Amino acid sequence: MRAEQVNNVMTQKTDHPFTRSLKDFYSKLRKNKSALVGGYLIIILVLIALIGPYLTSQTPEAVDYGVKLQGPSAEHWFGTDHHGRDIFTRVIHGLGITMGIGISATILGGIVGIFLGLISGYYGGKLDAIIMRMMDILLAFPGILLALALISILGANLRNVIFAVAIFAIPTFARIVRGSTLATKKLEYIDAMKALGASDTRIIFKHILPNILSPIIVQASLFIATAVLSASGLSFLGMGAQPPSPELGALLSDGRDFMWDAGHIALFPGLVIMLIVLAFNIFGDGLRDALDPKMKK
Amino acid sequence: MAQKELLKVTNLKQYFPIKGGFLGRTVNHVKAVDDVTFEIFEGETLSVVGESGCGKSTTGRAILRLDEPTAGEIEFDGGDLLALSKSDMRKKRKDLQVIFQDPYASLNPRQTVAQILTEAMAIQNVIPKKERRKRAIELLETVGLNAGQIDRYPHEFSGGQRQRVGIARALSVNPKLIICDEAVSALDVSVQAQVLNLLKNLQREFKLTFLFIAHDLGVVRHISDRIIVMYLGKIVEIADKKSLFDNPQHPYTKSLLSAIPTPDPEAKKERIILKGDVPSPIDPPTGCRFHTRCPFATDLCKTEVPDLRNLDHMKEGHRAACHHIEKIVTGDMQPT
Repeated sequence: MRAEQVNNVMTQKTDHPFTRSLKDFYSKLRKNKSALVGGYLIIILVLIALIGPYLTSQTPEAVDYGVKLQGPSAEHWFGTDHHGRDIFTRVIHGLGITMGIGISATILGGIVGIFLGLISGYYGGKLDAIIMRMMDILLAFPGILLALALISILGANLRNVIFAVAIFAIPTFARIVRGSTLATKKLEYIDAMKALGASDTRIIFKHILPNILSPIIVQASLFIATAVLSASGLSFLGMGAQPPSPELGALLSDGRDFMWDAGHIALFPGLVIMLIVLAFNIFGDGLRDALDPKMKK
Repeated sequence: MAQKELLKVTNLKQYFPIKGGFLGRTVNHVKAVDDVTFEIFEGETLSVVGESGCGKSTTGRAILRLDEPTAGEIEFDGGDLLALSKSDMRKKRKDLQVIFQDPYASLNPRQTVAQILTEAMAIQNVIPKKERRKRAIELLETVGLNAGQIDRYPHEFSGGQRQRVGIARALSVNPKLIICDEAVSALDVSVQAQVLNLLKNLQREFKLTFLFIAHDLGVVRHISDRIIVMYLGKIVEIADKKSLFDNPQHPYTKSLLSAIPTPDPEAKKERIILKGDVPSPIDPPTGCRFHTRCPFATDLCKTEVPDLRNLDHMKEGHRAACHHIEKIVTGDMQPT
């Protein structure tokens, strides 16, 4: 009887712990309207960026001087630029490039920053002092200036933009992760793991990291917005994506000379940049409220 | 009865540096535990009592090497614990386990009970991987939980149930000594009694030795074989349970015992109320550390540190650290 019970329990199907925590996360998020709106907006933008390029009838580089500098029309929804290229097509293609840069720079910088923050917070002492002073130095530079300096050394191309933006993502992540690590490592379950003989690696990656994911996710979401702005800013300055790439910052830069005569060239890419930044910002803010119980009113 | 010593702590000191100034130099030390010596026999429950900040938890943490002790020796099961390298210590940790005070902080909120228990077994590799889940279910039943609760998260349990999970985790590696660091202090009284009885039963079943850290004398009276009373990082009295409660020698112990409420409201009881607060462990009083608050303090107490002594009228093994035990017991000295 008892063995049977044990067997029943062992074969009983319950939700996998991971799916349960995902469901839990979604139910928390659902209560926060702005986070939800931001989340859906991000999903829509990502879908457009992924699928959109296959659905457009024109290619972003197709030049047609017969229709240059035309305003929005049924044929060209966002109008055409000074080479007669369809701006709608270019924006759709550029969306993917710009968001790609923002997200990959955040992931890259985030991984390094999280790693440094974990080590710094967990071990403390001299290592902590050295790592955090280096982060302070990085933070002392205005992000865009640092990126400009790096790109002028490394050369202007998309890969280097990602790299430069990732560099200034590192200290913001390292700081947040260090703070959370310091708070988490004092909890008794970490002592319990030490008392069981768990290795530092196991404690850091299995017991501290999963418990500080909330601030990391929030920071990542907010930083993607910053990264998108910086990346398009760099392209706007001619330090990032090179023409004829339809990167949004570069599109904005294209429109600069025709602001008075053909404002739509700069308007639409600008609006899309704004939409991306807005989506990630309200999503990040909403996430922070949803995930941090202390922020609740 | 000749008992085997399981753990022997000799002259244990735990000082925490206070960093200050621009360069982060060590300005001073918090003398949390200062020169503590005691031993635990196999199969017994030794309790450590004292008020907050007297160093009882620090002693427990030092034995587990969760904080590296400043000085002293810790001998466990015939081997020197402090001489072990980091990796040897990790293996040794199988024999020494701990149950913490706060059942809400002592379990990883992102792990299910099954994950918590099987991970403990995996770290020490106590049993083959395939049998771990089965063993985890057995452990849950041992501590009075349901096998069906194994895939739940800690937040799905009550405080008492979480504490049982904590106990199951400690048991999962078959330890010899379990340090219960205020293990029942956070629980309400009825649950406290259940957990205490569980601990007692487990002790009998698995031949465990407990170092029980507590501040509640009622709890201590229920579970202990012997009791250590600590004050400001030092042991002031050590005795078996009966001697300590019936025949306390140190003025501090007496005042602690007088604070236990009695159920009879008519009973006239001498209540010793101490003056002032506990002095700071950063700059503890010279001589006997209790002299600033002791009703019997003399000039001798201010200068000389009393040793733990056993006198004729005390039972064997009962020792107290006071210069004036004789005079107090004969009534030659009266409280001022």
